[in-house]
Amino acid sequence: MNEQIQEVLALTNRWGKRLSREKFSMLFTLAQPMIFWLIFFGNLFQRAADIQVLQAPNYMSFLAAGVVVMTVLNNGLAGGIDLLFDKENGFLERLMSTPIKRSSIILSRFLFVMAITGMQILVILAVAFLFGVVPETGILGITVILLIGMLFGVGLTAISMAMAFTVKSHGDFFSMLGFLSLPMIFLSSALVPLAAMPGWMQALAFFNPMTWVIDAVRPLIIAGWSEALPQVGMALIVLAAFDALCLYGGAKAFKRSVG
Amino acid sequence: MSTSVAIEVSNLGKVYDTVEAVKNLSLSVQHGEIFGLLGPNGAGKSTTLRILITTLSPTTGTATILGHDVVKEADTVRRLIGYVAQERAIDRFLTGREHLLLFAELYHIPKQEALSRIATLLKLVNLENDADRVAKGYSGGMKRKLDIACGLLPHPKILFLDEPTLGLDVQSRLNIWEHIRQLKQQGITIVITTNYLDEADQLCDRIAIIDRGEIRAMGAPKDLKASLGGDGVWLTLSDATPEALEQLTTALQGLPFVRGIRPRENGLDIRVDGPEKALPAIMETTHKVGCLLDGIEYHRPRLDDVFVAHTGRSLTNEPAAPEA
Repeated sequence: MNEQIQEVLALTNRWGKRLSREKFSMLFTLAQPMIFWLIFFGNLFQRAADIQVLQAPNYMSFLAAGVVVMTVLNNGLAGGIDLLFDKENGFLERLMSTPIKRSSIILSRFLFVMAITGMQILVILAVAFLFGVVPETGILGITVILLIGMLFGVGLTAISMAMAFTVKSHGDFFSMLGFLSLPMIFLSSALVPLAAMPGWMQALAFFNPMTWVIDAVRPLIIAGWSEALPQVGMALIVLAAFDALCLYGGAKAFKRSVG
Repeated sequence: MSTSVAIEVSNLGKVYDTVEAVKNLSLSVQHGEIFGLLGPNGAGKSTTLRILITTLSPTTGTATILGHDVVKEADTVRRLIGYVAQERAIDRFLTGREHLLLFAELYHIPKQEALSRIATLLKLVNLENDADRVAKGYSGGMKRKLDIACGLLPHPKILFLDEPTLGLDVQSRLNIWEHIRQLKQQGITIVITTNYLDEADQLCDRIAIIDRGEIRAMGAPKDLKASLGGDGVWLTLSDATPEALEQLTTALQGLPFVRGIRPRENGLDIRVDGPEKALPAIMETTHKVGCLLDGIEYHRPRLDDVFVAHTGRSLTNEPAAPEA
């Protein structure tokens, strides 16, 4: 067990080093959701959005939860990319020829993606705070947001890694990524509340786990515990099912690919 | 099984979807030798190597490393081997030293021991001055040396190298060969894959020629060459019709020093005892039969001839340079 911890930490350390050496990539990874979505999109729709429809003090505070979960989505779905490159250039093969637990590679990736995602969530909430969004549920609420975000992220990262192990080329990987991520965002309550959507989109959004996650995070930011708790409970149930499914699929893809 | 056997492969087969990459392959590698898997790209040598380093499961057959099955005892095998991957398999964002430190952790080598091994290895492969640069800026030769250092870090009993000098310049190649020979002197058993004839010829104690997933010939390069029987004379005719070739073959067969004749592209491959009498006589006969000679070359048996003899085609498409 101690040996596996050493393996996971050494591999996680490697992911961190890689990111820190790609300064531009790091900057854009970290800053992109804040700049594009929260600052531009949030301010752009600040006056166009109807507060009655949003059921929120303003669009920025409504959007904050959406941007937090979108960040989790993007990080999670991109979580397999480094493994994809490792698979293509043979580094994965080299790791596999060492006497490490096969799961150490996967676990290091989860750990790393979760750490980055957690930091990003905190930065997004900090930027939102600068625009006047103060989370109603305080520090404890932020902790719950981190927890929910990571639970969602685990499933997404598992999907991404399963794709990385399954696809034939990285072109396939990136087109699948593009195909998945935008519909997930638009068919969820990230940008507008479900109630404001056309019926058929509402129906689709209902089956999107992202909707449930956002609907739990949002009241933690704009309402308070009494409204948030039932939503958080629902989100935990949905996420338990979602993660179980994704981890099962991910484990199968991994086994098929590397034995 | 004899104790001198390091690797035993029997009836190994691997099928990808519908493609049979390796068919019924058997071989054994002795302790302390350099064994080469020689063949063109796609011949099945990399597949065989991957099965031996436990990253791929065979469809049929078995392989053991120092008596341990590569499937059932994969973890034990992984502790005994070192693997030198192809040059692309390095992390361009890590420094050379960071690669070694990472692998030291993955092999659970104690910190002090790891640091001393890393210092020794960096010296051995002559990368001390570049150890703290990011690998992105390394030349092909430097990457390969880093690869070898990584492969040696766990003090393996058996070292596998996948195309160790692919794409390297001549100087780097000679350096890598020198390193590999030094490792052999330390008692490490070495298995390489290569599609370079000269590499197989000069570096390996024994080779297996693999083509289309099967072993076509196996043995020491000099034995394989000797088994061809005699020196080679290659005739190329400017008018190589089947009739002309047949006529010429019949005429040449009667000559006393001719030991064998095989057709080759636009001409004949004639095995002879020696050049002094054979060359003038062959040219004379060709002239008599009325064939127009486009080229003639004489050479002692080469590994490429072995390859041609066993696979029916040449591994190199370059014109062969005559040997002195």
